[in-house]
This record gives sequence, C-alpha cells and structure tokens, in this order.
Amino acid sequence: MNPTVMRLTSRTLLGHRRFWLLLGLSTVLLVLAVVVRLVTGTDDDLAWAIVSGFGVGTLVPMIALLAGTGSIGPEIDDGAIVYLLSKPISRYTIVASKLFVAVVSALVLGVVPVVIAAVLLAENVFTVAVPLAVAATAAVLAYCALFLMLSIITRNAVVLGLLYAVVWETTVANLIPGAQALSVRQWSLALAEWLLGTADAARLRVDAAVGAPAGLICLIALFAGSTVYAGVRLRSIRLVAAE
Amino acid sequence: MSVITIDRVSRWYGNVVAVNDVTMQIGPGITGLLGPNGAGKSTLISMMAGFLPPSSGTVTIDGQATWRNESIYSRIGLVPEREGMYEVVTGWELVLANARLHKLPNPERAARHAIETVDMGQAQDRGIATYSKGMKQRIKVATALVHDPAVLLLDEPFNGMDPRQRLHLMDLLHRMSEGGRSVLFSSHILEEVEQLAATIQVMVAGRHAASGNFREIRRLMTNKPHQYTIRSSDDRRLASALVSDVSTSSVQLRSGSNGAGGQGESSLHVEAVDVARFVRVLPWMAQQTGVRLLEVSPTDESLESVFSYLVNRS
Repeated sequence: MNPTVMRLTSRTLLGHRRFWLLLGLSTVLLVLAVVVRLVTGTDDDLAWAIVSGFGVGTLVPMIALLAGTGSIGPEIDDGAIVYLLSKPISRYTIVASKLFVAVVSALVLGVVPVVIAAVLLAENVFTVAVPLAVAATAAVLAYCALFLMLSIITRNAVVLGLLYAVVWETTVANLIPGAQALSVRQWSLALAEWLLGTADAARLRVDAAVGAPAGLICLIALFAGSTVYAGVRLRSIRLVAAE
Repeated sequence: MSVITIDRVSRWYGNVVAVNDVTMQIGPGITGLLGPNGAGKSTLISMMAGFLPPSSGTVTIDGQATWRNESIYSRIGLVPEREGMYEVVTGWELVLANARLHKLPNPERAARHAIETVDMGQAQDRGIATYSKGMKQRIKVATALVHDPAVLLLDEPFNGMDPRQRLHLMDLLHRMSEGGRSVLFSSHILEEVEQLAATIQVMVAGRHAASGNFREIRRLMTNKPHQYTIRSSDDRRLASALVSDVSTSSVQLRSGSNGAGGQGESSLHVEAVDVARFVRVLPWMAQQTGVRLLEVSPTDESLESVFSYLVNRS
C-alpha cells in the first residue's frame, strides 16, 4: 500500500459533502437506539430487528457504497486520477490503498454505530453485538471491494450499487428464494447465525439462506475477485481529454 | 535524451478514426503538435502517455511501449488538458504528493524546486480550489516537472492563459528543452506553435499532414500559390505585364486609401503559382517596363495560411 495514495484518497473522500450526509444515517441509527432504549429498555429481539435490519441491512451497504465509489469514482470523473496513474506505481497498490481507506471509513461510520446500537439495545450484549459486528465488518469488506471495482469499470457505479442494494438485496432476494444465495447480506448473515449458535439463532429467528462456510467462501471470493479485477481494469483504464 | 517513436499508429473508436496511420519521431527540443480541434492531437498524446492503446501500430519511448507499462512514468512528465486535480489540497501538498508518488529520495526538495521553477512559491499554501486557471496550469506543470523527466507532454497548455502567463510558460518550456529534454505540446493556435516550437508536427483530420520547422512545412506546400505584396513606381503598368506571364494566377491592384483624407500608398497583390519563375521574371519585367520596384514582400508567411491550406487540402 502507498501512504501518499491513501492520504490523497482520504482527503478527497472526507472532502466530499455527500460522504458527510452519511453521518446523518449513522445518527439516525444511534438516535433510534437511544429512544428505544429509553422507552422499552433492553431487549434482544428488538435489538436484533433494529440493528440487523436497519444497521447491517441498510446503513452498512449505503455507507460502503459511498465509501467504495467515493474513494475512486470522483477522481475518474474529473480526471484527477491521472496524477496517480502517471507514476511508476503498481495499479494493484493504488487499488489496495484506496480500498483500505474506503474500508476504514466505512468501518468508522458504519460498523461502529452498529456496535454502539447493539450494545445500547441488547440484553445479552456480548451474544448479540459480536455476531452483528462480525457480519457488518464482513459486509463492509465485500461491499467496498465490489463498489470500488464497479466505479472503475463504469461511470454509473453509484446507481448500479443502489440498484443492487435496494432492488436485489431487499426486493428480489426476498421474493425469489434462489436469488438469496447471491446476496452479500445473506452471506454475512450466515456468519452471524453461526456465531450465535443454534439456540440463539432460533430464539432471534435468524435464518440465513446459505451456510456459514458457503457464506464465508463467497465473501472472500467477492472481496478478492473484486480487488484483483479492479487492479486489472485500472491497468487498462483509458483516459482521453475530450477534443 | 529520450525519443518518442510513433510507428504506423491508428486509433479508432467504433467507426470513427481519430488517428490515421501516423508515423513520427519526437526527439529533444520543443515540438509543437498543431492541428484544429478534433484533429486527433489529444488521442495521440494519450497514446504517448500510455493512457490509450493504439488500435494498430506501436508507441514507444526509447524502445519501451507506453501502454500498460507503469515504469515508463519515471521518464514522462504529463500536463493533462483536463482541469481535474485534487482541489481539496494545497498546491504544495499536491506537488509534494507527486514527488512522493515518484518515490524520489528527497521529495520536499524536489517539490520546492518544481514550485520555484513555475514561480508559485507565493501561493503554494493556498487550496487549489482558490487558484485561477493560470495558477492551476502552473501547478500542473510543477507536478509534471517534479521528477525531472526526460519527456514532457503538455496537452493544450496555453488554453485559458492570459498573455503574461503564456509568455512565462513559453519561457519555462524553453528552459526545459535546453537541458536536452523532449518537450511536446499540442495547440490549435498557430502563433503559439510558431513562436515556441523548433519542430512542428501538423495533424489534420487524424492524419499526419506535415512535419518539420515552419519554413520546411512552408516549402512542402509547393502547390499552394504564394502571395506577394509589391510596391512600385507604377503599379498599373507592372500589373499588366505580370498578368501576361504564366507564373502568376492573379494580380490585384489595391489603392491604399488610409482613411485620413489623403491618398495612401497603393500596392499590387500578386498570387504566384510558379514561384521559381516568378522571382526570376519579376525584376526582368520591371526593367523592361521601366518600373522601379520599391518593395517586394511575401504576405502569407504566417502559419495561419499554411495551416488553412493544409486543412482545405485534406
């Protein structure tokens, strides 16, 4: 990884207004957690429903989408990427450095609020918070790599990412049983289910569409595949000023 | 000393041919890549800079391919036409980042030197977003110079610069080329190329229309009628003699009323199709007709006319 690429990437990412709108989303989750805690007290069932549903299901993909695309998309759009690419640096190093920044930002803005909300809401804090934290972290890694790669291959990465996160993960995957097997959400949920154990998983009605080993393999394959392919495509990126 | 070799390079996008079978070599000194908008200049520079593969042919720098070859960038400094740069950082930070990306042994010193070279020391700590277009251009040049590259590629570097900034950049490019660097810049503005470039490569409609220094290019245009302005003691009599000779294609009498009430100096405007014959015949005819030649000057030795001729020819 290259510290200069990481520094420029984080400056660009954090300088983007869109990214800070996400703090709003994180805040919504935290405010919701505080209010529910004050009104109903701690409750594992409710904690799981809120944190898994809104936190891991919505907040994490949105933040990973904006972190993953925002770490390289704007530079490709405005042409600034040329300052990184016109250097004797491996394209894979550039991708890895940008992915690192995206993942760290998404962990801070996505996973940390998820863990705080789980701690606030759960009765058995350790039982509930750890699987959620692991699921959220795994989802962040896979989503960031996927969306970063999408931003290199298409200008419409944000729209495509939204379509995937909203239409596929929340609609198609809920209606068509087979489609659930191809869902980052289900893969990370499989990890959470395994960490909960059979009894707690049944108690919290957690039932992932795939088993934990399959989920883990799919997550690793998506992460590694997206990262390598991002490097391959960045090596062949075509930049021409419009004449 | 580095040489860019473009060997039978074509580049097409679908059915559109942007660069059509171009072969040229760019060596040390300043080379101007001249052509109207859409001539394929940017496409050619992108291929030289390794950001576009040729559809056919090869682009190499000192024998090394530029496409998919990251190591080539230690030799290339690129000033892109597009404005996009990391606007959230300061000029100093951007140039320093470029020095670090090149893994220079002393990035701070290199950055300081590059910023001094483009005379941006005063504004180096301001955010790039606050820079004028000319300042951005200079910081772009600083990022391209920071590793002291043997090849400097500039895509339309004078766009949007005021005359003072333009002179400053011209002076800078001269200094760069004196150290044996190969400096290539593109432009659609003839005066820039004429003033700056020792060698000119003319692109028209994707084709390499001409190359050489300005006079060589001019000489290539043998088919083009050369124009002369002649002042003499009796324009009308000289005109009637000239129009009878096969070396001229048109002779025009111009009365030079200067608008201030008085009669200004009149002149003859002659288009010669056979220059060699014309320059032999003219003094002879003047002598025969008893007309004294006061002034004979070529009127179209500007790149503008060469250029428009090339555009119309292709």
